[in-house]
Amino acid sequence: MNNERHILSAFDRDLEAVQAMVVKMGGMVESAIHDAASALDARDDELAEAVRRRDKAIDALEHQINDEAARLIALRAPRATDLRMVLSIIKISASLERVGDYAKNIAKRSHVLGDLPAIPGSGMALRRMSAAVETMMKDALDSYIQRDVALAEDVRQRDLEVDQMYNALFREFLTHMMEDARNITACMHLHFIAKNIERMGDHATGIAEQVIYLATGGLPEDTRPKGESVPRMTTEGA
Amino acid sequence: MNDMRVAEARMQQQTDTKISARGVQVHYGDKHALKDVNVDILDKTVTAFIGPSGCGKSTFLRCINRMNDTIDICRVAGRIALDGEDIYDRRVDPVQLRARVGMVFQKPNPFPKSIYDNVAYGPRIHGLARNRAELDEIVEKSLRGAALWNEVKDRLNDPGTGLSGGQQQRLCIARAVATQPEVLLMDEPCSALDPIATGQIEELIDQLRTEFSLVIVTHSMQQAARVSQKTAFFHLGNLVEYGSTEDIFTNPRDPRTESYISGRIG
Repeated sequence: MNNERHILSAFDRDLEAVQAMVVKMGGMVESAIHDAASALDARDDELAEAVRRRDKAIDALEHQINDEAARLIALRAPRATDLRMVLSIIKISASLERVGDYAKNIAKRSHVLGDLPAIPGSGMALRRMSAAVETMMKDALDSYIQRDVALAEDVRQRDLEVDQMYNALFREFLTHMMEDARNITACMHLHFIAKNIERMGDHATGIAEQVIYLATGGLPEDTRPKGESVPRMTTEGA
Repeated sequence: MNDMRVAEARMQQQTDTKISARGVQVHYGDKHALKDVNVDILDKTVTAFIGPSGCGKSTFLRCINRMNDTIDICRVAGRIALDGEDIYDRRVDPVQLRARVGMVFQKPNPFPKSIYDNVAYGPRIHGLARNRAELDEIVEKSLRGAALWNEVKDRLNDPGTGLSGGQQQRLCIARAVATQPEVLLMDEPCSALDPIATGQIEELIDQLRTEFSLVIVTHSMQQAARVSQKTAFFHLGNLVEYGSTEDIFTNPRDPRTESYISGRIG
């Protein structure tokens, strides 16, 4: 990373301002993940409502970042690391916006789940999974702020664990649904929640990859370990 | 579909080396202006030389057609080969060399002659035309090649100096193209021109590269990025980095290149 200042100091100020917006957005998305998981865990409708409400601010910030990035490209013609920074900011903010949407979706479903039969074991598993993703997101954002390639690579590798947790949950929900059809509604909602958390992990990984691109100018070429993409389970197995 | 083929053809790298420089050193008196420059300039490619003032980029450009011969205190060492032949060999006539390696300067410098004679001058002294009809043909072709024909065809006998700045520069390019060079060197060809005229010259550079090799010295990094396929960055007399323009502008290897192109104090 080049720490020298630009000859044109306004350029530095612009870059710092847009970076600060990304960091702020990252913080908002981290608390959205955390609060959505807590709301689900405690069936806290008020907190869930707060997560849904706060998503609007996240969306607005993404727009602001995109406008600022477009302005930087048009007026400052960024090159080399500066260019990669602006490009990565656009991608990272898009990822963060999606994660915000997933958190909002979890909050919506947790409200519905309050009226449905509890699925034993699911609470604990989803808590573990969301905690893992929350840490991934925190580390991905830290690796961005520090330009820490090693930490970004670590985040990338950890996505496997989340994929495996999701696959395990998928099988579990399927079993519950096969056992008792009255579980289907709750399990469908819980499955979408698990899927949302799994997708959050993918976006954290995407942010980590942007950090690697920003720092090195290339994306990692090795294929990272991936969980079984589609869990195979049919009614015959039950 | 057709567009894709055009894009693919553009992406194909021309790998034939036109000019090969090895261990080139230049001294102006006591000043060591170029330090051990090694580079292969490709045929049918636009190569941009960038770097801060006094970095040696123009000095190196002037070595390629032996313009430095005209400066008494200038000493050039090392080897520069055009199609494998040493251009500093005793048997090479600099005048003949400069017909093969043309040059366009920063400020348009048309001869105080008619538009026609400006372009016909080179072909006449090098005996490229056997008669007036052939000369007319060369003049028209060169002016068309320099995208100037339509603007001047009805006033070929007017003085070249009466044209606008952008037209004068295109006239100079037509004059350089008239001797059918193999390489065209351009030392900041657009620095005195407005954006429209600059755009026309850049379009012209892009067309000319299908015919020969072009080397352009520019202080405008946007221009280097727009017109060139290869970029060389000079700093304090060293060739710091040479690579595809895309790599230089997105992911330069050397921190000095990075500092310069991103507008930092280097």
